[in-house]
Amino acid sequence: MAVPMEKLGLSKHEARLQNRIDRIAEHPVYSPLRKPLIKGDKTHGDVSADISRIHEGKAGAAWWVAFAIAVTFLVTGLIAGYLTVTIGIGTWGLNKTVGWAFDITNFVFWIGIGHAGTFISAILYLFNQKWRTSINRSAEAMTLIAVMCAGVFPIIHMGRPWLFYWVLPYPNTRGTLWVNFRSPLLWDFFAISTYFTISLVFWYLGLVPDLATARDRATTKWRKRFYTILALGWNGSNRTWSRYETVYGMLAALATPLVLSVHSIVSFDFATSLIPGWHSTIFPPYFVAGAVFSGFAMVMTLMIVVRKVMNLQDYITIKHLDNMCKVTLLTGSIVGLAYITELFIGFYSGNPNEIFMIINRVLGPYAWAYWIMFGCNALIPQLFWFKRFRTTIPLIFAISILVNVGMWFERFVIITTSLHRDYLPSSWVMYFPTPVELGLLLGSFGLFFTAFLLFLRLFPVISVNEVKGVLRYGKH
Amino acid sequence: MGNTDAANKNVRFTAVFFSNEDDLKACAMEARLRGINVYDVFSPFPVHGIDAAVGLEPSRLTWIGFIAGVFGLSFALVLQVWTSAYDWALNVGGKPFNSFPLFIPVAFELTVLFAGLISIGVLFMRNRLWIFSKKKIFDGVTDDRFVLVLQQMDASLDTKKARLLFEKYNAVEITEGDEFV
Repeated sequence: MAVPMEKLGLSKHEARLQNRIDRIAEHPVYSPLRKPLIKGDKTHGDVSADISRIHEGKAGAAWWVAFAIAVTFLVTGLIAGYLTVTIGIGTWGLNKTVGWAFDITNFVFWIGIGHAGTFISAILYLFNQKWRTSINRSAEAMTLIAVMCAGVFPIIHMGRPWLFYWVLPYPNTRGTLWVNFRSPLLWDFFAISTYFTISLVFWYLGLVPDLATARDRATTKWRKRFYTILALGWNGSNRTWSRYETVYGMLAALATPLVLSVHSIVSFDFATSLIPGWHSTIFPPYFVAGAVFSGFAMVMTLMIVVRKVMNLQDYITIKHLDNMCKVTLLTGSIVGLAYITELFIGFYSGNPNEIFMIINRVLGPYAWAYWIMFGCNALIPQLFWFKRFRTTIPLIFAISILVNVGMWFERFVIITTSLHRDYLPSSWVMYFPTPVELGLLLGSFGLFFTAFLLFLRLFPVISVNEVKGVLRYGKH
Repeated sequence: MGNTDAANKNVRFTAVFFSNEDDLKACAMEARLRGINVYDVFSPFPVHGIDAAVGLEPSRLTWIGFIAGVFGLSFALVLQVWTSAYDWALNVGGKPFNSFPLFIPVAFELTVLFAGLISIGVLFMRNRLWIFSKKKIFDGVTDDRFVLVLQQMDASLDTKKARLLFEKYNAVEITEGDEFV
């Protein structure tokens, strides 16, 4: 087996291999054109320590204040949910003309937010965008939580939420009356539950090596036990890594069309109906672009706060924010183009109902909502063409909040303005939310922030192993 | 990479620790070139090019994913066509009972769901990753240390020469043992 080293007669292939070994040992090759992704000349050990300290250390005052506010919102939402379920949907401002309004707005809003995480972890992974490593973990967590927030709304809108499992195709005592597979609302159920499941396992798979780091660093008995169970005995073996990377890449390839399908299917809820303003073939790409747009805005809002409070400026740098601003600019411009196309096609169709709907949407009683939407989504992100706006943190923060507001209004405008003046003028009404509905919206934000704050305390907020893999990026 | 013959009394394992991935990779390559059996490599993150360096074949898990996806797709199509067109055919807005194009969204979702869940399940099983796992974990391997584990099938490894090789690549620690779990 073993060959005495001095007697080594090298074949051509072996000589080439030896040559490669020497090259790697002497001159690691890195591009001089690239700048390091992680600042501050970190070693592998520094990365573990810097990131683990966040969930290992004590929660600061800022965390507790934020947590208290989030839980208060959550409790408000629970009270509103209790009223909805015990009294009924009558506690909402819906009427016979406007049958969908606030709840479906919130549902689409949260589902949209939930698109950035998988976009970052899957699509940017396939495109080999190394900068994703600093933000993918928290963006994926955000996705999971946002999808949970979204799921609440259609379920409570059912009126009898405890029977929600009726949407599953299972053999039943009603003569086995099956679900209607031709309905986009059913597709929605399959799309969202698949999206949640795949995002959850994708997130967990990425987390396993980091949970092993947390396990090996744990000092108290309970922490050790908690992370030992979750880390599944991960020991960093290369066979394991090799299979892990294969499956990770495959999941990324599966999740990419999944991300696009989920919001396309959400848009089918509207597009397959015959309501002017909904019945439109532009909806799937328009909704997907909007979803990524709002998701990135939410990631930026959260990351700007997290990097400041948790002292992660070396890991989430201006470069990361700059890149996210560029994605926001691109998707915001697609959304803007979709708004203008919608206006044009409305008139071009020659259909009096479509033309009426467009005029009513832009100049009618909800024009204020339309112009908030148009300004926040199509106009304000255009400021990101200027480098100054992409690199000044308070400006990015302000714009990201405005985009969140704008995207909420987009869904409100699409849903409410298409419904409130229908084909029969005698049934025209206005819709305004009731305190119960506002409570539910507040509650969904409460759920979102409560869960996100808990995530910050339990798991590494940045992917430790992936960041270690890009430490050398751009160094030479 | 051989990992059989664990019962052989002469099998010994040498674990060589490094502080960076380049030393690990180069040492693994050279050890292999010199005929030393590389048992496995342990690292805090996936080291690119290490599979080729230690001669690890690409994983076949993609096939599992493909088969699971085909299964999910077939299951979804059969379920939808059977329930909608045969078992209890309902007339919904005059649409055909077998409205095939409308079955595509659910078929796609279930394809992804099956392919994703089954390949992750198989990954965990194949790597024996589970909550009560009792695998050997080297010190610091999830933090900043890289371990090359060499397997010695007989007594022919020239210990002195091997030490020189490890030192050439800045090994920080070398441990030896008869067992490896």
